[in-house]
Amino acid sequence: MATIHVDDRDYEVDGADNLLHACLSLGLDIPYFCWHPAMGSVGACRQCAVKQYKNADDTQGMLVMSCMAPVQDDAYISIEDDEAKAFRANVIEWLMINHPHDCPVCEEGGHCHLQDMTVMTGHDSRRYRFRKRTHQNQDLGPFIGHEMNRCITCYRCVRFYQDYAGGGDLGAFGAHDNVYFGRFQEGTLESPFSGNLTEVCPTGVFTDQTHSEHYTRKWDLQFAPSVCHQCAVGCNISPGERYGDIRRIENRYNGEVNHHFLCDRGRFGYGYVNREDRPRVPEWRERQRVDAGPGAAGVVGGTISLEIDDALDRAADGMRNARRVIGIGSPRASLESNHMLRTLVGDTNFSTGIAARELELLVRMNELNTRCGLPSPSLREIESCDAVFVLGEDLINSAARMALAIRQAVNAKGEALAAERGIPSWNAEAVKTLAQEAHHPFFLATPDATELDALAEQTYHAAPDDIARLGFAVAHYIDPEAPCPEALDDATTALASRIAEALMVAQRPLVVSGGSLGTPAVLEAAGNVARALARRTRPGALSLVRREANSTGLSLLGGQSLDWALECLTSGEADGVVILENDLYARADAGQVDTALQRADCIVTLDHQRTATWDKADIGLPAASFAESDGTLVSLEGRAQRFYQVFEPSYIRPETRIRESWRWLNALKVSVERQVMTPLTLDEVTRDMAMTYPALAPAGDAGLSAAYRVHGLRLAREPHRYSGRTAMRANLDVSELRAPQDPDTPFAFSMEGYAGHAEPRREVAFAWAPGWNSPQAWNKFQDEVGGHLRAGDPGVRLLGPLPGDYDYTRTLPARFAARDDQWLAVPQARLFGGDETSARAEPIQARMAETRFTMSRGTAERLRMSPGVPLTFNLGERRLTLPVAISDAWPDGVIGVPDQSGLSLVAPEWGHLEPQEVRA
Amino acid sequence: MSRILQDRDERRPETHPLTFRLNDDGTPVMLDAYREQQGYASVERAFSDLTSKTLIDELKTANLRGRGGGGFSAGLKWSLTMQGEGIPRGYIVCNADEMEPGTFKDRLLLEQQPHLLIEGMILAGFANNAYQGYIFMRGEYVDAARTVQRALEEARAAGWLGRDVAGSGWDFDIALHTGAGRYICGEETALINSLEGKRASPRAKPPFPGQSGAWGKPTVVNNVETLCNVPSVVLHGADWYQGLSQGKSGDGGTKLYGVSGKVKRPGLWELPMGTTGNELLERAGGMRDGHTLKTWLPGGGSTGFLLPEHLELALDFDTIGKAGSRLGTGLIAVVADDQNVVSLARNLEEFFSRESCGWCTPCRDGLPWSVKLLQALEAGEGERGDIDLLESLAVDLGPGRTFCAHAPGAAMPLASAIHYFRDEFERGVTRGQGAAHADPIPVGSV
Ligand SMILES: Cc1cc2nc3c(=O)[nH]c(=O)nc-3n(C[C@H](O)[C@H](O)[C@H](O)COP(=O)(O)O)c2cc1C
Ligand code: SF4
Ligand code: SF4
Ligand code: SF4
Ligand code: FES
Repeated sequence: MATIHVDDRDYEVDGADNLLHACLSLGLDIPYFCWHPAMGSVGACRQCAVKQYKNADDTQGMLVMSCMAPVQDDAYISIEDDEAKAFRANVIEWLMINHPHDCPVCEEGGHCHLQDMTVMTGHDSRRYRFRKRTHQNQDLGPFIGHEMNRCITCYRCVRFYQDYAGGGDLGAFGAHDNVYFGRFQEGTLESPFSGNLTEVCPTGVFTDQTHSEHYTRKWDLQFAPSVCHQCAVGCNISPGERYGDIRRIENRYNGEVNHHFLCDRGRFGYGYVNREDRPRVPEWRERQRVDAGPGAAGVVGGTISLEIDDALDRAADGMRNARRVIGIGSPRASLESNHMLRTLVGDTNFSTGIAARELELLVRMNELNTRCGLPSPSLREIESCDAVFVLGEDLINSAARMALAIRQAVNAKGEALAAERGIPSWNAEAVKTLAQEAHHPFFLATPDATELDALAEQTYHAAPDDIARLGFAVAHYIDPEAPCPEALDDATTALASRIAEALMVAQRPLVVSGGSLGTPAVLEAAGNVARALARRTRPGALSLVRREANSTGLSLLGGQSLDWALECLTSGEADGVVILENDLYARADAGQVDTALQRADCIVTLDHQRTATWDKADIGLPAASFAESDGTLVSLEGRAQRFYQVFEPSYIRPETRIRESWRWLNALKVSVERQVMTPLTLDEVTRDMAMTYPALAPAGDAGLSAAYRVHGLRLAREPHRYSGRTAMRANLDVSELRAPQDPDTPFAFSMEGYAGHAEPRREVAFAWAPGWNSPQAWNKFQDEVGGHLRAGDPGVRLLGPLPGDYDYTRTLPARFAARDDQWLAVPQARLFGGDETSARAEPIQARMAETRFTMSRGTAERLRMSPGVPLTFNLGERRLTLPVAISDAWPDGVIGVPDQSGLSLVAPEWGHLEPQEVRA
Repeated sequence: MSRILQDRDERRPETHPLTFRLNDDGTPVMLDAYREQQGYASVERAFSDLTSKTLIDELKTANLRGRGGGGFSAGLKWSLTMQGEGIPRGYIVCNADEMEPGTFKDRLLLEQQPHLLIEGMILAGFANNAYQGYIFMRGEYVDAARTVQRALEEARAAGWLGRDVAGSGWDFDIALHTGAGRYICGEETALINSLEGKRASPRAKPPFPGQSGAWGKPTVVNNVETLCNVPSVVLHGADWYQGLSQGKSGDGGTKLYGVSGKVKRPGLWELPMGTTGNELLERAGGMRDGHTLKTWLPGGGSTGFLLPEHLELALDFDTIGKAGSRLGTGLIAVVADDQNVVSLARNLEEFFSRESCGWCTPCRDGLPWSVKLLQALEAGEGERGDIDLLESLAVDLGPGRTFCAHAPGAAMPLASAIHYFRDEFERGVTRGQGAAHADPIPVGSV
C-alpha cells in the first residue's frame, strides 16, 4: 500500500499500480484513451496528464502521464492543476482535428468514450480551420462496421486484436497523422473475438454491424442483466431491446467470468430471438384425428393458432388421456423451466433431453469436479494459472471465451519475467518486449490443429484414445501410483514426462478437458492428472468443458437420457410427451426421433424456435427466449447465474402469447390437475427448485429476489434518457398503456428505478454513471478498475472439491489402431454454427464456414480424395455427404465430423465410406 | 561524399583521433592502411589489460558524451547495461541513421574510415558483454553501406570479428542493416523496433535499452561518432582524451564540426570540443559575398535558432544548452538575411510532421496543425491568434508531454524562431480571427 496526495487529499492505494489506475479506482475522474484495464498502459494518447510534484514544498511540479507513472508512496499530484487541465483539453482538441462532426449520425453516439472524455475536459469549440484528413473504409464482414474517419489513433484496437486476442489480420498501417487501422486487404475479420473491438475502440470506428441493421441509441434501449446462452462458459451480457427486438448485446462485466470481453458467437448470435418465424401464439397441429374446436383462432396450412386457455385445455386433455407422459427437458433451458417440467411429469418420467453418451460424460464431469481434489476455476482464476494442459478440447470452438483466458494465462509469463527486472506488469509494451515469445508451459492434445497451437510448448495431435493415453501417462509421471498405459512409444513417453514436470513445478497448474470428443477415457485421463496433482503438489485447477448453456445445471438436476425417453415412446411404454426447448433432431438420429414421435399420441412442445421437433407437435406453446424470461443457468465452472427478462413481448406485440416455459408448465400442471390457477412467481419456482435438488441448493441464491430494493426503489431497465415511451405504441392505441409489471424480478420495465453506481449491487442492467456513457462506466461499479464488482461478482459456485480418497481410474484404453475398411468418426466442435440457436441468426450464418469432413493427408491419399470433393459417410442407418478438408495434424484413420452438420454424433463411432465414393 | 576540409598536415594522431588517418582524396582507409596507423591496437590493449569495468571507468573519466545529439555520457550509459548472472548477452547497436537536417558527419566516418567504427563497436561489445553488433544505417547511404560491408568482411577475415575475436576466446560479430528512410528510426528505441521488423514507434523508457532492448536483451545504442571516439580513449587513456579539448570545454575529446548554408567553404572539421561558433565560421570562410548572417542552428533541424552574437559561445553541450538551444550534432546551419524565417520554420515543421511516427497525439496531430498555420502565415493568410497558437503548440510539444524526443526537437526551432523573429511572423497575419470551420472536401478528391 502507499499513500498519495491528490489535490490536497490523502488516499491509500496499491503501490503496484500506475497513477491512473489508482485514481480511477478511487473514483476520481481522469480522462484516458489508450490505457485499458485489461491491456495496461502504453502512453500513446497523452490524455491522462496530471501534475506531479517532487514533494509537499514543490509548487512547480511537472506534467506526467498518469498511466505511465508508477504510484510512489507520499507522492503529491494534482488532477485539477490548471496547466494539466489545459493540456488535457488541448489533447482533445488535437484528436478532434480530423474527427468528423458527426455525433448525431454516428453509431457510437450516446455510448462514446470520446464524447465523454471531450465533455470531461471541457473542450467545446474548435480553432482548427483547415482541411481534415479522410480515410477509406473497409468491408470487414458481417459483424463489424468500419468508419476510419472517426479514429483517434489510440492503438487500442490493434493491441486488443493482436496482443490480447492473438489475431493476425488487423493492423496499423502508415505513419504521422495518417495511421490506418484495418486489414491489409478488405475482408472478414478472422478473430472470433472481433466483436470486442466495438467496445475496445473508444469511438465509432468499429461498430456492431448487426446493430446497425436496426440501430438504436444506448439511452433508448431497454436492458437487463443476462447470461449468454450460446455455450457453457456463462459470459455475462447486457442485451438491449427496443420495439420488441433485441438490438445488440453488450458485454456485462463479471470480474470472475468474462470481465471485459465476449466471443463473437455470444455477441452476434442473438438474431434467433428476433426471427420473424418464431412461434408467438400457441399452435395446434391436426393429425387427422381431432376437429378444430371452437377456440380455434385461425388455420395456417394444417396448423391452427389457439388462445392460451384453449391450448392449455387441449394439451391437458391430451396429457390426461395418455397412459404415461414423458417430459423431455433441455440443457438450453433454465433450471426453473426444467424443474417445472420435472414437477409436471414426475421424477420418474423426466428426461434431461441429453443424449445418453453425453449425459454420462456430464455426470462424470460433475463427479470429477468434486472428487479429484482440484477446484473448478473461474475464467479469472484460469488467467492466473502458470502451466496448462489441455486434453481433447479445441477451446476456440468449444468454449471460446475460455480460450481467450488461457491465452492470458500462458502469456502472463511475460509479466513474471518483467517483475524480475522491476518492470511493472501494466507497462504493456515493455512487458511484451522483454517477454518476446516467452510463454508459461502449455500443452495441447487434440485431434486437429487449433488456434491455440501457436502458444503451446508442444502439441499432440492424435485419436481420442491416444489423447487419453497421453493424459494417463502424464498422471503416472506425476504420481507413480497412477497407472501407466502400456506400449507407449518413446516420443509420447518423453512428452508425458515433460508435461508432468511442467505441471509439478507450476504454482497453479491447470488441467482442461471436456466432452467435445465424447470420449470417457479422455475425461478419465484428465481426472487422473488432476488427482495426481492434488496428491503431489499445491493444488491447481481442473476445468471441464460442457457444451451448452445449462448442460452442467441439467446434469446436477438429474434425469434420464434422451435415448431413454425415445425408447419409452418407441416401445409404447409411454404415449405422451412434453418437450421443453429442445430440438430432438439436433441430438438424436432423425429416424429414431421420427419413430418415437409417431408412436406418441400426445406431443406438447414448448420452444421459442420453429424447429423440426416443433413441427411434429400436436400442441406447440410459444416459449420465451432468454430475452423474454428469467431463470438460472449453471455454467461449466459450476457457477449458477441468473438471467433476467429484458422486455415484455406483448407490450409491443399485443397479439403474442409468449410465456416463460416455467409459467406454461405450471399452467399446464394446473390444467391437468384441474385446479384453480394462482399466480406463480419466479422466486417461488427458484426456491422450490433449490429445495428439491440438494446439489442445486445454493443456486436459489444466484439472483436477486423480486423484493430487492435500493432505497425503496426497484431497479431500472431503461436509462433515464429513454425516449418515446409514451409514443412507441401510438400506432396501436393512442392512450398509453401502463408499463408492464414484473412480478419476478426487482427490475422495472421503465426508466423508473435505481440505475446508479453509488449503492453496490451485483446485477447491473446497463452500466452508466454521470459523465460515463460508454462501457468504461463499469469502472464505477468495480472495487478497483478491472477488479471485481463492489457488491461481488454475479453467481454462486456449486462445484467444489469434496474431501475424500480419490482413486485413480485404472481402465486404460489401448493404442488407437486405424482399420482398413472403417473410419472413426469424431465430433468436431465449431464456434459458428455449432450451437443450435445462434446458428439460426443470420450474421452467424454468414460467418459459418462450409461444413466439411476433415481427414489427414495420409487418409486422403489412401482414399484418393482431394480437398472439396464430396464424400458420403455411413454410420449405421445415418448417412451424410460433405466435401472433404485435409489437415496435416489430424491422425490417420479418423474423420472429423463438425457439430450440427446433420449427422448427430455425440461420441466417436466407426463408420463406412460409401463404396462409390472411394476412388480406388 | 563528405569531405574533411583539413589537410593531412593538420590532422595528427595526437590531436585528431577521428580523422588523422583519412586520405586527402577521400578514398576509404581499408584494413591494411588502418592497421598500419594504430588500427585495432585498442582492442589488443583491452584484451590484455582491461576488464569490462576498467574500460567503462576509463570512458567515464574521459567524459565522452554522446555525439548523436543528446550528449549523454557514454561511460555512464555503459555502466548501466545489465550484465551478470541470469542476464543474457545482448547487442551493440550503432546508430548510423543520420537523418538530422543539415548533418553529414557520420557519413564521413562511415564512408572513409569504417574500421574505426568496427573497432569502437568491438570495444563496446567487450565492455557491455554483447555478442552481436548491428549497424543501423540510413538507407540512402549507399556508398557508406558498400564500404562498411567490405570492411566487415575484411575484419571478419582478419579475425577481428566472429568466433574467438583476435584469439581472445570471446565471440562478437557485426551485421549491417540499412533502414527504409524514416527519421524516427534514428530515435534509439524506434530504431530497435525497426531492427526487429516492427513499426518504428519509440518504446517507453524506463526500461532503458540497457535493461531490455532489442529482442528484450540488454542493448547499447550509440552514435557512429561516439563509438569512433572509444578506441583512442582505450588506447591513450582518459587524461589524454580530456586534454584534447584544450580546456575549451569541460567535455573531453574532439568533435566533428560542420557548417552548411550560404558560407564560402561549407564542410567538416575535427576540432577540440568547445570550439566557438566564430572560429568555426572562420574555418568556413565566412558568409558568401553579399550575405550577412541572420541566425543559425547549432546542430541540426531539431535545435533552436541562435543569433549572430551567440557565435562567441563554445560549441559544447552545456554552453549551447544554457543559451536556450542544443548542441545537437554540432553541424551548424547558417541562415542569411535574405532567407525568410517563417518559410524556414514551415519547411522544418513539414519535415518533422511528416516524420512523426504517429504514436502520440501532440506530435501526430499537433505538428500538422503547426505546419498549416505556418503555411497560412507564409502565404500572408494568417489570422490573429495564430502566433499565440503556435507558441502554445510549441510548449505542448515539449519534453515530458510527448512520448519521445522527436516532438520536443520539432518544437525547438519553432519556439526560438518566434522568440527571435516574431515580427516576421506577424507580417503574415492579415486577418482577424475567423469562425472555426473546416474546408469542405471537394467531391472526388478523397
Ligand atoms: C527523433 C530522433 C532522431 C534521432 N536521430 C538520431 C540519428 O539519426 N543518429 C543518432 O546517432 N542519434 C539520433 N537520435 C538520438 C538517439 O535517440 C540516441 O540518443 C543516440 O543514438 C544515442 O547515442 P549517443 O549517446 O552515442 O549519442 C535521435 C533522437 C531522436 C529523438
Ligand atoms: S480504430 Fe478505434 S481503437 Fe483503433 S486506434 Fe482508432 S480510435 Fe483507437
Ligand atoms: S464464450 Fe460462450 S458464453 Fe461466452 S460469449 Fe461466447 S458463446 Fe457466450
Ligand atoms: S513524439 Fe510521439 S508521435 Fe512524435 S515521433 Fe515521438 S512517439 Fe512518435
Ligand atoms: S491513457 Fe495515459 S497516455 Fe493514453
